[in-house]
Amino acid sequence: MSEYTAQDYKKGQPRWCPGCGDHFFLASLHKAMAEIGVAPEDTAVISGIGCSSRLPHYMATYGMNTIHGRAAAIATGCKVSNPKLAVWQISGDGDGLAIGGNHFIHANRRNIDLNMILLNNRIYGLTKGQYSPTSPRGFVSKSSPYGTVEDPFRPAELCFGARGHFFARCVASDAKGTVEVLKQAYAHKGASVTEVLQNCVIFNDGTHESVYTNEGRRKNAIYLEHGKPMIFGENNEFGLVQEGFGLKVVRIGENGITEKDILVHDAHCEDNTLQLKLAMMEGPDFPIALGVIRDVPAPTYDEAVNSQIEEIKAKKPYHNFAELLETNDIWEVK
Amino acid sequence: MAEKLEVKELDQVAVRFSGDSGDGMQLAGNIFSTISATVGNSISTFPDYPADIRAPQGSLTGVSGFQVHIGAETVYTPGDQCDVLVAMNAAALKTQYKYAKPNGAIIIDTDSFKEKDLEKAQFKTSDPLKEMGIDPDRVIACPISQMVKDCLKDTGMDTKAILKCRNMFALGLVCYLFDRDLDIAFNFLKEKFSKKPGVAEANIKVIQAGYDYGANTHSSVANVYRIESKTKVPGRYMDITGNKATAYGLIAAAEKAGLRLYLGSYPITPATDILHELSKHKSLGVTTVQCEDEIAGCASAIGASFAGALACTSTSGPGICLKSEAMNLAVILELPLVVIDVQRGGPATGLPTKSEQTDLLQVLYGRNGESPMPVIAATSPTDCFDAAYQASKIALEHMTPVVLMTDAYIANGSAAFKLPELDKLDAINPPYVPEEMKGTWTPYKRDEKTGSRYWAVPGRKGFAHILGGLEKDNATGAISTNPENHDLMCRLRAQKIEKIQVPDVEVLGDKDDAELLIVGFGGTYGHLHAAMDEMRAQGKKVALAHFKFINPLPKNTAEVMKKYKKVIVAEQNLGQFAGYLRMKVDGFVPYQFNQVKGQPFVVKELVEAFNNVYNK
Ligand SMILES: Cc1ncc(C[n+]2csc(CCOP(=O)(O)OP(=O)(O)O)c2C)c(N)n1
Ligand code: SF4
Ligand SMILES: [Mg+2]
Repeated sequence: MSEYTAQDYKKGQPRWCPGCGDHFFLASLHKAMAEIGVAPEDTAVISGIGCSSRLPHYMATYGMNTIHGRAAAIATGCKVSNPKLAVWQISGDGDGLAIGGNHFIHANRRNIDLNMILLNNRIYGLTKGQYSPTSPRGFVSKSSPYGTVEDPFRPAELCFGARGHFFARCVASDAKGTVEVLKQAYAHKGASVTEVLQNCVIFNDGTHESVYTNEGRRKNAIYLEHGKPMIFGENNEFGLVQEGFGLKVVRIGENGITEKDILVHDAHCEDNTLQLKLAMMEGPDFPIALGVIRDVPAPTYDEAVNSQIEEIKAKKPYHNFAELLETNDIWEVK
Repeated sequence: MAEKLEVKELDQVAVRFSGDSGDGMQLAGNIFSTISATVGNSISTFPDYPADIRAPQGSLTGVSGFQVHIGAETVYTPGDQCDVLVAMNAAALKTQYKYAKPNGAIIIDTDSFKEKDLEKAQFKTSDPLKEMGIDPDRVIACPISQMVKDCLKDTGMDTKAILKCRNMFALGLVCYLFDRDLDIAFNFLKEKFSKKPGVAEANIKVIQAGYDYGANTHSSVANVYRIESKTKVPGRYMDITGNKATAYGLIAAAEKAGLRLYLGSYPITPATDILHELSKHKSLGVTTVQCEDEIAGCASAIGASFAGALACTSTSGPGICLKSEAMNLAVILELPLVVIDVQRGGPATGLPTKSEQTDLLQVLYGRNGESPMPVIAATSPTDCFDAAYQASKIALEHMTPVVLMTDAYIANGSAAFKLPELDKLDAINPPYVPEEMKGTWTPYKRDEKTGSRYWAVPGRKGFAHILGGLEKDNATGAISTNPENHDLMCRLRAQKIEKIQVPDVEVLGDKDDAELLIVGFGGTYGHLHAAMDEMRAQGKKVALAHFKFINPLPKNTAEVMKKYKKVIVAEQNLGQFAGYLRMKVDGFVPYQFNQVKGQPFVVKELVEAFNNVYNK
C-alpha cells in the first residue's frame, strides 16, 4: 500500500476552462500517482506549451513547464542523468506530434523510461482553435475555414512506427479507466505512450463525443485487458474476431458464434500487427479501443546507458581526470 | 645545388605535410610536433582538411595539409607560410605550393608525379615544376614510393599496406633536415601501434630509411636546421587540440564540482570531436547522448541540468540557430548549462570546415526577449581547457547558461599542453539551496551577493518546485504577468550576469606608451600577438588587449580602450566585436581590420594593415 494520497500530489488552482477535459485528467493523475506511491520529491513532471502543458503547475512534485514541443527531449536528459526519478511527460497533440513530433518518435525508438501523456483534443487550444495534426481531414477551424486538405496522424500508428513498446488509450472523463492505464504505463519500463481523449469545450467541443460519457463508452468503446476475450456492447453482446487480414465485429450467439470464438487480447505480443488494428478501430463500424493496447518489455535506454558506464568502468583502468591525463603521450621538459 | 652541408640555427620553422586525404599527413605531422615538443620547442599545429571527404584519389579537392610550427621561443600560430613543404603527390604540390615561403624547401614523391597524377592535378605539361615556376634547386625530388617498397619488400606486407608507410619516409627525411632524435618517434609508434607490433616495426623501418636518405644525399639539401629551445617551462606535457582540451575542461570541472557530466549533442563539423572525445570516457561516468537534432541536444541538457548534472551541449553556428529557443529557456529557468559553439564559416551551411568569428552577435543577442548570457571565447587550443573550465564554473555558480566560443582554427589546431592538476584549479561551489531554507524557500529567491537563485535538485524532500518558460513572480515563483514583476525579473537576470567577476583584460607589449593598441578576441590571439611582436621588432610602440571574457566584459575595458591614441579592433567578421565595444564603451571609435575568408589571419597582412594605421 502506498503511503501517499492524491492530496500529496496536488497543488494550486487549475486555470483551465470549466468543463475542460484537462481537469478530469489531472484528478486521475493525482490519484494514480498516489496509488503508484513514488514520493513527490522523486517525481518530475515535464511539459511543453499548450493548455494541457500547464499541468505541472498543479503538481506538488518537481516539474518544468518548458517550451513548445521539447518536453520529450528535456525529459530524456532528466531521466538519463537521474534514472532514480519517475519522469512524466505531458504534451498536447500539437506539442507532442506537430512541433515535437521528432522528439516523440525518437523517445519511443530509444525506449527511454518516460511516461508520455498525450492529451489529444484534436485542436490547438492555447492559440485559440487551429487544426492540429490529429484533426480529421476536412476539419473546419479558424485556420482551415474551408476544411483541412490533409490527413491526420493517429498517435498509435506513429508510436508503433517508431517501434514503441507501450501504447494505451483512455478518455479524460473516465476516471477509473484513466487511473488504471496510468498505473500500467508507470509499471511499464521504457517509453510508454498514453493517449488521453480530451475534450476542449471551447474550440472542439464534442470531438470525442461517442465515448465521452459512461453510456457512450458502453455502446461505442471496448475496454481491452490482456488475456481477456475482446467482448463489448451494452450487454456484452459483441466480440472481435479475425477475418482475413483484418478484424471483424460479430454478435455472440449469432451464426453459431460463442465466446470461445472471440479473440483474446495479447498486449504482450511482440508483433504489433493486431495491436495496431485494435488501435486504429473507429466508429461507427468498430468500437474505439480503450485500455492498454500494447505492453511489451524491451531494454530501456536509460538503463543501457548507465549499465554501459558501469561496464566500461570495470574494463578501463582510468577513473578520474588525473588518470585520464596519463593515457596520453606525455613528455617531460626538464 | 649547395655543395656543402650547412647547419643553420633558426628561431622558428614551419613544416607543412600535404598529400591525399588517405596519405597519413596528420600522423606524420603529429609525430614531428611531438618530437619537437619533447626537446622543449614551442609548437603550434593546424590541420587543413578538404571539405570533400570522398574526393577522388589524387584530385585537387582531395588534398589535406597539416602544418607544424616549432620555435625556440613561444610560437603563437602555425605560421603564415612554411619553410619546408612536403607534397606527396602532384595535386598537393599544385594546391599547397602557395603556402611555401619563396625560398622554402619542397619535398616531392616523384613516383606520384606520373602522367596520370599530373592529369588529375590538372597540369598541362609534363614538367610541373617549370609550369609552376618553381626553382628545381629548392626541390628534394625523391622516389619515395619505390624506396618504401624496397625497404619493406621482405616483410610479406602487400603493396597497399606498404604504400601506407610513405608518410613515414617523408617524416624521416624531415627529421633529418631538422636534426631530430628518431628515438622519440620510434617510441611514439610503438605505443600507438602496441597492438600491431608489425605495423610499428614497418613504420620505424621506413622512418629510418627516410632519415638515411637525407643523410646520404645531403648534397642535394641546402640546409639542416636546428631549433634550440630557449624558453622552457619545466613540466609534463602532452599535445592537445582545442576540441580535446574543451572536452578535458568539462571533465575536470564536473569532477571538481562532484557532478555527473552530461553532453547532449548532434554531430556537426567542426564541433563533433568534442562529442567523440567525451563519448570515450564512460569510465569517468561521462554521459553523452547523440540526439535527434540540435534542439534535442540543448533541451536534453536542460533536463539533465534540472536533474542535477553539469550539462553541456556542443555544436557550431547552424546548431546554435536551432538551440536558441532552448538556450533562452535555460535563461529564464536559471539553470546551469554550457553551450559550446565551435564557429565555422557562415551563413547557413557556409564553409563547414573553415574558421570565422561570425557568431559573436548571435550568441550575445540572437534570442527573443531580454536574454543575458555570459560568453567566453577561448584564445588558443590549450586555452580551450581553461575556457571550458571557467564556463562550467560560471554556469554552476551563477545558475545560468554560458556560451563557450571556440572556432575551427583553434578547435583543430594543437599545441603543447602542460598537464594541469585538479587540486590547483579553482573550486566550484554551486549555490545548492541550504536545508534551513525548507519551508520558506521559493525558486527565485536569490543569493544577495551574486544575485543567483538557489539550486534544488529533484530528490530533495521539501523543495519540490516547478520551473518554466513563462515569467514567474520573483517572490512566489508562480506564473505572473504583472508588468512591474516582469520589469524587475528582466533586471534581476541582467544584474546577475553583470555581477559575475571576470579577470581584467591584460595589456601586452608596450602597455605604458603604445602608439597603437591592437584589440581582438578569441581564437585570433596567436596571430595578433605575432603581429605585435613583429611590429615591436621593427621598433614600433604597440600593445595588445585580447579578450577572452566577452560578457560580462572585464571591468577595465573602457579604461584600456580609452588609454591609447589609436586602437584597432581586428576580427574575422565584419566588425561584430568592434560594434559591441562601441555599444559598451561610450565614445569609443576604433579603427577596424576585418577579414571573413574562412582562413586564419596572415601575420604579414596584419602587420601591413596595422602599420598603415600606425603611420597615419
Ligand atoms: C515555438 C512556438 N511556436 C508556437 C507557439 C504557440 N503555441 C503555443 S501552444 C500551441 C499549440 C497548442 O496545442 P496543443 O499542443 O494541442 O495543446 P492544447 O492547447 O490543445 O492543450 C502553439 C501553436 C509557441 N508557444 N512556441
Ligand atoms: S481552450 Fe480548450 S483545451 Fe484549453 S483550457 Fe479551454 S477547454 Fe481546455
Ligand atoms: Mg491540443
